[in-house]
Amino acid sequence: MRAWHFSENAYPYLPPADEYESIRVSLPNRIYDPKKGAALYDRYIDEWLVAEDEGVEIMLNEHHQTATCVDPAAPLVLAALARLTKSARLLILGNPVANRRQPVRVAEEMAMVDILSKGRLECGFVRGVPYEVLPANSNPVRMNERQWEAMDLIVKAWTSHEGPVSHEGRFFHHRNINIWPRPYQQPHPPIWVSTTTPGGAGRVGARGYVQATFLTGFGGTPAIYESYRKGWREAGRGADVPVHRLAYAALVYAAENESDARAGAEKLLWYMTSNKVPLHFCYPPGYVPTAVHAQILRGAAIDQHAANRANATVDKAIEAGIMFAGTPDQVFRQIKRMYDHVGGFGHLLIMGQAGFLEHDETVRGIKCFAREVYPRLKEEFPDTAVFGVGKERVVA
Amino acid sequence: MTVVSKPAAPGMISIAGVDLELLDRGQGAPILYLHGGAGIGVDVPFLELLAKSRRVIAPSHPGFGKSSLPDWLDSIDDIAHIYLELMDRITLTQTDVIGFSIGGWVAAEMATKVPDRINRLVLIGPVGVKTGRSDKLDIPDIFALPRDTLARLRFHDLAKNPVDLAVMSDDELQVVARNSETLALLTWEPYMHNPKLKHRLHRVNAPALFLRGVSDGIVSAEYLERYAALLPQARTETVAEAGHWPHVEQPQATLDRIMQFLKS
Repeated sequence: MRAWHFSENAYPYLPPADEYESIRVSLPNRIYDPKKGAALYDRYIDEWLVAEDEGVEIMLNEHHQTATCVDPAAPLVLAALARLTKSARLLILGNPVANRRQPVRVAEEMAMVDILSKGRLECGFVRGVPYEVLPANSNPVRMNERQWEAMDLIVKAWTSHEGPVSHEGRFFHHRNINIWPRPYQQPHPPIWVSTTTPGGAGRVGARGYVQATFLTGFGGTPAIYESYRKGWREAGRGADVPVHRLAYAALVYAAENESDARAGAEKLLWYMTSNKVPLHFCYPPGYVPTAVHAQILRGAAIDQHAANRANATVDKAIEAGIMFAGTPDQVFRQIKRMYDHVGGFGHLLIMGQAGFLEHDETVRGIKCFAREVYPRLKEEFPDTAVFGVGKERVVA
Repeated sequence: MTVVSKPAAPGMISIAGVDLELLDRGQGAPILYLHGGAGIGVDVPFLELLAKSRRVIAPSHPGFGKSSLPDWLDSIDDIAHIYLELMDRITLTQTDVIGFSIGGWVAAEMATKVPDRINRLVLIGPVGVKTGRSDKLDIPDIFALPRDTLARLRFHDLAKNPVDLAVMSDDELQVVARNSETLALLTWEPYMHNPKLKHRLHRVNAPALFLRGVSDGIVSAEYLERYAALLPQARTETVAEAGHWPHVEQPQATLDRIMQFLKS
């Protein structure tokens, strides 16, 4: 198993939540203090460097017009990390390609980072969460179709080397595709795709890309992985699905003793408790399937964000499998329980910082995980394992 | 002349690869009626009134109601082209056209293409052009507003909102959901307008009536005036005690205004 330190670069210095409508989309940026923001970038980058020193890989993501994740141009931070780090793999998860107007530009940015890092890029693509469509002015209808056309076009841009090629598709038009530089890794950097529902996972499996899921817990994860496995097999990739094709993201905090672990875990909950978003930003028409949308209109759908915020406790989060927190032994057992429940995954994406988890606390959490938990995970769950079976069986 | 109502159930007609749900009621000189973003359901009582004196032909737009939505279709202008074909197919050589909200936009697009085939044009709370400053949306962003705020913008009297999602069947709700998805597909960007349309409206030689409810929070009086000014022969009128759906809140008063205009 590979572990990745993931930080959203949050800006936590906000007024009380009852003084604003939403932490996303409509929160005025006068609240953002540029000097504090600059210090936060330094700090979060330093934490990624600690992760690298501890042998943990690096992951970042992109959101827009929100205090939860002040990384609206993730390739810029990725470029900085490419020069500041030496050995860690660099995962961007990901490029919101359904919201980007020029896929070829994305291909260029990613190729540059791959060159700058000398082949350490892991390139993720995401559709983007629903509250991204207003900031991006991106039509919420037919987003999946746009995402797939963009992804295929990016691969084409990365892998065409004999002068200009063209693309006249349904959503994107490029008369001259001839990117400089081309990627360092051949034929192209590894591709990741994230989802929180089974719908798209089959297609990801058919391509053999890495499938990541976020906070889908014991309840939601099995169906997503099953869909991936089905897609993989139906595409003729073989009966065995290697676990290194699957990734799971959770809130993770390990500490030497239970009280420190509990304190860190409580602070990590900010990720959920701060996520105040009104319903009308959450369900743009077309983002979810029509049948789901219909139930939301009926009012049957609860305000998931409000519910999550109200219900967020460390114990519930651990119980649901969206948080692994405690002493090294406890964290190991919690991860093993999830691993066994879902049939295995090869990547643990660690949401290891949120809100007011201070720098020293974050660093202690990274170090404790890396030194006390990670070696056991690598031993117990080898990268060569096959999905759905124990460690006794590995890919030949 | 004896007025015989046609069967109430709408039929389907296939036009250019699109299966259109088509309501065709009443007798007399035809009116092509083009519904708004909520679909044709909320308009039916008004159409019944209209059909007492005229033949009313009212398609559900592609992607609305039971009408299909082809992959290639993503604009109001596309729908206008489908309806030109529909007019040919059902031999609507010349017709009055009433369009409500985005239906008004469809009607305006059609009128720029075949001005000679439109007798008179009635646009109720129409969208479709950008008339104001670039730093302010002409039409409030219906995709970024809470549902209750949206209802207040739509209605003069909230009690007259005929839509009660809580009591709808699953099938009805699916239609409502799909209608709103198609609405987003068609109007998301540029938001609620075609930048080209205002440069084409000079071709509309039919007399036009622009109507809005006095409390319409979606289409402002200023917007309606500026829109109407783009047509050679247009006038504006206001329906009292009504919002964005005057034909729903004040069906008789709206009908009277329209019939008076169509007869004049």
